[in-house]
Amino acid sequence: MTEKIAPDDMSREDKKRLAHVENKDLMPLPPPLDDPSRDRNWASLSAQVKEKYECDLDDTCAVNVPRPKSKEEERALVEKFLSGLDKLFTRENNWTFLQPLVLTMEHCAKCQTCSEACHIYEASGGNELYRPTYRSEIMRRLYFKYVRHGGLLSAWQHGDIHLNWPLVARLIELSYRCNLCRRCAQTCPIGADNGLVAHELRKLFSQEMGIAPKELHDRGSMLQLEVGSSTGMNPIVVKDNIAFIDDDTTERTGVKVETPWDVEGAEVLLIHNAGEIMAWPENPGAFALVLNAAGIPWTLSSDMAAYDAINYGLWYDDVQLARVAIKHAEAAKKLKVKKIVLGECGHAHKALSVIGDRILTGNLNIPRESGLTFLRDIVMSGRLKLDPSRNDFPVTLHDPCNVVRLMGVVKPQREIVRKICPQFREMEPHGVDNYCCGGGSGFAIMSGNNFQDWRFRVAGRKKLQQILTAFSDCLGPETPKYICAPCSNCKGQIRDMLAYYGLWDKHRILYGGLVELIVNAMVGVRPGYIQWEWH
Amino acid sequence: MTFMVSGVVLAAALVFTIGSVARAFRYARFPIHLRWELYPVPHESARRVQHGGSYFEEVNWWTKPTRFNLLGEVRFMVPEMLFLKGLWEFNRAMWVRSFPFHFGLYLLIATIGLVGVTAVFDLIAPAVVAGALGVGLHWLYTLTGFSGVILAILGAVALLLRRLTAEDLKTYTTAGDIFNLCVFIVTLGILLGGFLLKSLDSPSTVALVQAIFTFDASVRIPGLLAGGLVLSGFLAAYIPFTHMSHFIGKYFTYHSVRWNDQPLRPGGRMEKKLAEYLTYRPTWAAKHVGADGTRTWAQVATTNPAERGKKK
Repeated sequence: MTEKIAPDDMSREDKKRLAHVENKDLMPLPPPLDDPSRDRNWASLSAQVKEKYECDLDDTCAVNVPRPKSKEEERALVEKFLSGLDKLFTRENNWTFLQPLVLTMEHCAKCQTCSEACHIYEASGGNELYRPTYRSEIMRRLYFKYVRHGGLLSAWQHGDIHLNWPLVARLIELSYRCNLCRRCAQTCPIGADNGLVAHELRKLFSQEMGIAPKELHDRGSMLQLEVGSSTGMNPIVVKDNIAFIDDDTTERTGVKVETPWDVEGAEVLLIHNAGEIMAWPENPGAFALVLNAAGIPWTLSSDMAAYDAINYGLWYDDVQLARVAIKHAEAAKKLKVKKIVLGECGHAHKALSVIGDRILTGNLNIPRESGLTFLRDIVMSGRLKLDPSRNDFPVTLHDPCNVVRLMGVVKPQREIVRKICPQFREMEPHGVDNYCCGGGSGFAIMSGNNFQDWRFRVAGRKKLQQILTAFSDCLGPETPKYICAPCSNCKGQIRDMLAYYGLWDKHRILYGGLVELIVNAMVGVRPGYIQWEWH
Repeated sequence: MTFMVSGVVLAAALVFTIGSVARAFRYARFPIHLRWELYPVPHESARRVQHGGSYFEEVNWWTKPTRFNLLGEVRFMVPEMLFLKGLWEFNRAMWVRSFPFHFGLYLLIATIGLVGVTAVFDLIAPAVVAGALGVGLHWLYTLTGFSGVILAILGAVALLLRRLTAEDLKTYTTAGDIFNLCVFIVTLGILLGGFLLKSLDSPSTVALVQAIFTFDASVRIPGLLAGGLVLSGFLAAYIPFTHMSHFIGKYFTYHSVRWNDQPLRPGGRMEKKLAEYLTYRPTWAAKHVGADGTRTWAQVATTNPAERGKKK
């Protein structure tokens, strides 16, 4: 581990990273990953990347901010940062989060209670850089110095900070070392919220400086607004793909599956994360089968952005968030549906149901419902004939933060798995005390440079520990095991981690969604909907 | 001396009240923000609060009546406010230092209340105070006062030592943090010393309070005690202007943020406020935002930057 660092170190001009994590520093994992010497080595950032981009924070680089070419350029960027900082604290620019942000700025007691709650801090072996308050402390000092214009007395009371381009550049990166899971905020005795600080910093960088990871902005929200989906699928392609999924599901299950499109007056507009359509087609296929079997009048929409529930603005940009949420609501309004049901996508749940709630005013306020609640109602109503013995393998449940801690949907998914999975076992802790998968806040789709190494070894380590502990009694390859992760981003992160550590190859740990388990247990369906193969 | 003490104490009480109200007023006037709640939310229905569930767990939740579980909030708030339950659960090492400090302060606040009540009764119904009730009150405020000041001093010393020695706290501790704790220790120490060392012929606590509130210069306040009271006044007046006013901030972080799960209902007050915010004119400078200070939030949010790019 690197030497002890303090907030002031962020301003260092030596172009050296502030923190470094070795394998031996990391939080130990349970068997079969309990030997750190057999752990893979970190990939290093190339000299070219280090030369070209601002990568002076730690071992990785998520945002790829080009290094300024002159001191003048640096000064202009710092000015821009200050201008954005100021805007974060004005009601005209940031009415959306002004109150929680000011409260967090003014009321941290620096007791460090939050540190123990942070999976990233714990997994890194307690690296100071990843302490939740490290980032917040810098922001707080900047707030008192430059927004409140506190002067010497304020510096004495709140601490001083030297603002320069190296600090801003490192802060850009540091705002992408937090999953925004807000587990830290849950434990704060005063209610300060370090996750919010990371969120607001990201907004400042995006909305004022136009800086955000390409995966979230150019290839994320902008692509969605341009062609309809961050996957690049336009309405014609998505319809083609769904038709293929319908055929495939029909073939696999022996049940005719047909997905309705653009049905005016349908009861339900279902919106999937379009990543499911591309990466896990069995999920939308299973949804279609279940909804048809339950006799639900439902539809998908082929309107711009309405067939992709993703809303990456949630993680970095309020304006992009609002634009996509409005597109979703407009599609529902046009079809005159009674409600929008969100598929298995955590951040889409939060974006449209919780955060979007105070954006969608007037006739855009179409009721939104969690797909998990909706499925629970179907399963518990007895409309489907289910045989739990078809799911007689060890199953554990991952709680997506956006659905559970940040939305309070805890029980429906449990009622389902308890009913149809005889070998269900909880991870510990679970429910609202869960740990993030490590892919939260966009990390699951961010893989530039060696970011994956950091994502799997640090951000995802706690989840990996939980998974291995949950299956500790059946780790052998003779027992297939299933991690039920009802969220696309979580599934992506878990898939990548299982592959990285070879846990499917050697231990037969598979992952998948919730609705697939339901179809796998349906009596009228050909057995074996869950295919025990890597995908 | 008494006149000065009266002036400082009453002025401090006024500054404390005005400072606290102004801070609370400032927080309350911020715009309604986007929802940012954290579960569990204790005013959820009793059957859901146990597992941290929300009304989103119900199918067609918007058709169901909204129930506010006040008892659930009280059940959460009382142990949190009195015993710092959250700190007990998540940071025991800090709790053993912070709890005595805070509980000591609560006891001191209770002492002020009890002495105040006794002083008022003494003026309007002296016979009552002269009897058993008066004796009981005397012993009660003596107990709360001494135990409060001792607990608060011990807690403050323990917090100070931890701030100075624990690696995880040292890095983030400012000169102001040290000063604040030292002021508590010195002020409360002098106050305690003033009470312990005052001579037997000094006026009683009740008489002192009456003298302070009536500016009665005929009552002589012992020097050390007067010093303690003046310092206490300055400390009280200082608190609302520091992060030690977290008793105000905490109300808002919990009720306005963590537990604010109020859904938007058509035509309600919230919708009117939101409509007003949508007329604000942001000035965010990034190109994709398209805010130039003349366009409203509503216009910005309904503009597609990708389409704008295509036209060009």
